Amino acid sequence: MCGIVGIYLKNKKFEKSLGKLLSGMLKNMSSRGPDSAGFAIYNEEKKYKYKYSICLNHISFSDFKRNLNKELKKYKINQVSDHVVIKTNEKPEKMLQILNKKFKEISIVGYGKSIEIFKQIGSPERVVQKFNLEKLEGSHGIGHTRMATESAITTDGSHPYSTGEDECLVHNGSLSNHNNLRRELKKKGSVFTSENDTEVAAGYISDNLKNKKTLKETLLSGLKDLDGFYTFITGTRKGFAIVRDEIACKPAVIAETKDYVAIASEFQAMAHLPKVNSAKIFEPEPGVVYTWGK
Amino acid sequence: MKLDLKKSKLRQINEKLQTVGIKKNQRIFTIINPEGNHAICAGLKDDIDVTIKGHTGYYCAGMNQNASITIDGNVGTGVAENMMSGKVHVKGNASQSAGATAHGGLLIIDGDASSRCGISMKGADIVVKGSVGHMCAFMAQSGNILICGDAGDALGDSIYETEIFVKGKVKSLGADCIEKKIENKHEKLINKMLQESGIKNLKSSQFRRYGSARNLYNFKIDNLSSY
Repeated sequence: MCGIVGIYLKNKKFEKSLGKLLSGMLKNMSSRGPDSAGFAIYNEEKKYKYKYSICLNHISFSDFKRNLNKELKKYKINQVSDHVVIKTNEKPEKMLQILNKKFKEISIVGYGKSIEIFKQIGSPERVVQKFNLEKLEGSHGIGHTRMATESAITTDGSHPYSTGEDECLVHNGSLSNHNNLRRELKKKGSVFTSENDTEVAAGYISDNLKNKKTLKETLLSGLKDLDGFYTFITGTRKGFAIVRDEIACKPAVIAETKDYVAIASEFQAMAHLPKVNSAKIFEPEPGVVYTWGK
Repeated sequence: MKLDLKKSKLRQINEKLQTVGIKKNQRIFTIINPEGNHAICAGLKDDIDVTIKGHTGYYCAGMNQNASITIDGNVGTGVAENMMSGKVHVKGNASQSAGATAHGGLLIIDGDASSRCGISMKGADIVVKGSVGHMCAFMAQSGNILICGDAGDALGDSIYETEIFVKGKVKSLGADCIEKKIENKHEKLINKMLQESGIKNLKSSQFRRYGSARNLYNFKIDNLSSY
């Protein structure tokens, strides 16, 4: 069992309270995932071209910053608990190389023009508080509460998984062909940091998007290539999508109003959202891809 | 009497409703602010009326006996699961496994029911005014299901003796489920179910009947691929 949540705002008026809405959703899903939690927030960066979300693990912030100064000239850095977000104009090809080569002990949890990712072990309440989610703003967000089943309770084992620019994936379920698929994707050049099945699905999506498939096409081909139980929510810079496997054992419910679209494992995750009782509420059908945004 | 799930705990409210008994005059209750909580009105056993104003979570009205429970909203997984008697009326949509293993009573769903509606049911009547998802009536043993809309894939898979009546399209039939002839007694049954669930604009002649071909009851080597 795990809890997955997502909210996409149609009305800009709510952008200031996105973090607050999403944190309520995560807290309400504690019962489905008490081991660890994480979230991705999409908020277009205006001053710099790229943002890099990093978990420092055991490295101190001052050490990291000192060493980063040697590699990077113009940048801005925000520390949030054991995570940092670096804002810079440096392109991913070069920046990821620097980070991977010079800072072996950190985990790069996500990067892109808009995405910021925070994830850590501990109860959703603690994780949400630690990263001050309630104060964050943005256009859409995705979150996950984890009850670990097939890999260890670590930061690297927590969701969301991001394997491409501004991409992220959260997953409720388990995949049975992830080892094979991981081998195939590695041959094509994908890099994985954990033994987790969801990371493979994220890698699969990134690989397809790289080959110019649309998100919808990618998820439809995923229905054939990914074997197992799943409800996925996947985010891109301009929108998000949900898909459930054909058997649809893993729950999902969607609430749509003129102001927002919310997705969650259970309705109780969205009971606090504005005017949710008059929203159009429905379950996504098995094997059907639903997308919002671009 | 109004019961507020924001002010009282779920267990307090459920305990109150489970212990009404036969001597009290107060027999009509309204629950407000359900906010998707699980197991609301589970295990009621007295002849009382409860209305839930809003959407509920899993196993709402589970194991119901005698009580009449109306949900003015959508319900999560397993509404009225293992119901023994009484009536459960969902005014919105129902999630998967609605009326699972129900032995008796009447479950009415005004909207759609998703997958596995009536799975392994053992005797209840289920009326869905909308459509049902895949694997409706999977391994259903007894009782009746009336579907006014369409049915999804694998309707009545591995079914025993439940009667299924569908007005709309059936996407596909499950293993050992076939279309059967509607006889007089079935028309009467459909009319009774339509009447009990307040449906006036439909007639029994608009429905088709599905049930077990009874080929998978006992193990036969020829049927190996169907097990």
